[in-house]
Amino acid sequence: MTSDKTKKQETAKKTPDLKHMLGQMLLIRRFEERAAQAYGLRKIGGFLHLYIGQEAVAVGSIAHLDLKRDYVYTAYRDHGHAIACGMDIKGLMAELYGKESGCSRGKGGSMHFFDKEKHFMGGNGIVGAHIPLAAGTAMKIKFNKENGVVLCFFGDGAIHQGSFHETLNLAKIWNLPVVFICENNQYGMGTDFRRVSSVDDFSIMGQSYGIPGKQVNGMDVQEVHREVGEAVYRAKEEGTPTLLEIKTYRYKGHSMSDPAKYRTKEELEEYKNQDPILILKDHLLKEKKLTEDEFQKMDKKIKDQVKAAADFAEKSPEPSLELLYEDVLV
Amino acid sequence: MAVITYREALRQALEEEMHRDKNVILLGEEVAQYNGAYKVSKGLLDEFGEERVIDTPITEEGFTGVAIGAAMAGMRPVVEWMTFNFSIQAMDQVFNNAAKMLYMSGGQFNIPIVFRGPNGPAEYLASQHSQALASIYAHFPGLKVVAPATPYDAKGLLKSAIRDDNPVVFMEAELIYAWEGDVPEEEYLIEIGKADLKKEGDDVSIITFGKPLQIVTEAADVLEKKGIHADILDLRSLRPLDEEAILKTVKKTNRAVIVDESWPVAGMASHIGWIISHKAFDFLDAPVELVTSEDVPMPYNHTLELAAQPSVDKIVQAVQKVMYIREA
Ligand SMILES: Cc1ncc(C[n+]2csc(CCOP(=O)(O)OP(=O)(O)O)c2C)c(N)n1
Repeated sequence: MTSDKTKKQETAKKTPDLKHMLGQMLLIRRFEERAAQAYGLRKIGGFLHLYIGQEAVAVGSIAHLDLKRDYVYTAYRDHGHAIACGMDIKGLMAELYGKESGCSRGKGGSMHFFDKEKHFMGGNGIVGAHIPLAAGTAMKIKFNKENGVVLCFFGDGAIHQGSFHETLNLAKIWNLPVVFICENNQYGMGTDFRRVSSVDDFSIMGQSYGIPGKQVNGMDVQEVHREVGEAVYRAKEEGTPTLLEIKTYRYKGHSMSDPAKYRTKEELEEYKNQDPILILKDHLLKEKKLTEDEFQKMDKKIKDQVKAAADFAEKSPEPSLELLYEDVLV
Repeated sequence: MAVITYREALRQALEEEMHRDKNVILLGEEVAQYNGAYKVSKGLLDEFGEERVIDTPITEEGFTGVAIGAAMAGMRPVVEWMTFNFSIQAMDQVFNNAAKMLYMSGGQFNIPIVFRGPNGPAEYLASQHSQALASIYAHFPGLKVVAPATPYDAKGLLKSAIRDDNPVVFMEAELIYAWEGDVPEEEYLIEIGKADLKKEGDDVSIITFGKPLQIVTEAADVLEKKGIHADILDLRSLRPLDEEAILKTVKKTNRAVIVDESWPVAGMASHIGWIISHKAFDFLDAPVELVTSEDVPMPYNHTLELAAQPSVDKIVQAVQKVMYIREA
């Protein structure tokens, strides 16, 4: 048993490692740019939902976690969260290519990244379906009196699902250490969130269940880090859930096949001007904690890393047919 | 006759029925402003307005239940599920309310509703987004279930489904919206519960429904070159099932292969196999063969994905098996 004091120290809000977070956001962006390219060349098929523009949400939140004790769940737009959890991008790229060397043996593809060891619990293609799972994992943490938290990411489209509302109630009555993070990128496919919601501030939805909620600017990784830190602290210290609505924006269409005609160019430009990577980079330059030269070097290194991942994916062999029948039951 | 796509045939059916009866409404995710995720409802919002073509939030169980309640009170909703994969969230409403309401209310409340959308395997989408659910829906008494495979059948059956006073589960397929076929200009209906003999032959009966009709047709061409002539029976409706047509073709050819892209266990194909062995046993010259999906969830990898599904080759082999022909 750890003493109360060390427990407090362990869960105290972390000071952010800004350069590390910049690198992580850049890695997500470069990884996805490469994936989009490979998709264009038909090396990747199916749905490819890109996270470009939203990087600060995953990176700022997950920076708090110790993935030996903490856990992450997300939906099908999962590349960013997987990378922020420290998954090897070789395995991720190989998964997109459908290779056996992929993180889900080529059986999951873009929507179903998983890494049991890194406590990355997926990757789920059904809107809202993973939200109760996150609470279930929080229940295990509570059951074993562990000092952990579960972050559960989902979109603005998922917030109307019964699974969300049922889970919030359960999380409150059982006091589960889980942080529900509604990543409001403003659109669920072609639907503006304002058209399908009775309220325009999702953070108040926690109130019906006695759960504190807050809106957060998701283009500013430092703000995300600060606010998620509060919620993580609350979960670990008090064992109670929080709902955050983190406002963000996706630059691309819903998936590669969506031309995104339902929004204006001006709107997109407005958000690109508040790009989370540029905001943090400018901040670091201004504070003289980073030079342009360092940034370029960092970017070059990341691009090389991504290229190596793509090469790995290309060179990995196709799975054998027997794999079809494996993993149905243990 | 005009040559139109499967998608256009469905759109025409919706448009015509919405003109005919103002109680017909369409609702679902992205059906209105986005013109439908698969563009089946293109233009309908402009034509009928937002009171009859209704965008919903992503709440399958909720909006499906709302539509059933509207049907209880006399409306005739058409519910579009973006795909049948997501209808799994709405199953409680369909099975416990729509399917049983008439029975448990002693005949007082019938549910004139259509549940429609793409069903079945797609490409590179993995297990949650690529599954054929016909057997599950066909399991429940109180529902009608149809799965048209051509634009002609799609239009005629959708019009009948909308006019039907029962809940009808209408299964399209993600990969067939662009397929083309002849559709007459004048109005017509196709009766629910009637199979269609798509091709005649004396040697073997290949029985199927929905999207696999295409590979069955290709397989029949391959077999033709080997001198084997198949009857192709397209069931079109799974509930009610045209047992008469099934028995008729089997009694003629004495051999049957059933092709179903669902899983083999407790499936539509195995049920049909039982009907044949039960009611046409004396006519059979060989055990009935099934060609179904492999008994595994769908993998993402394309090679494995293809291997998991029925194929022309698998059908040809099954036919050769029931004919006791062994390829050298
Ligand atoms: C239950 C269910 N219904 C419909 C879909 C189809 N679908 C996939 S993504 C999506 C939009 C979701 O939007 P949101 O939750 O805001 O997430 P975002 O794409 O913005 O990250 C829809 C309708 C689905 N996957 N699952």
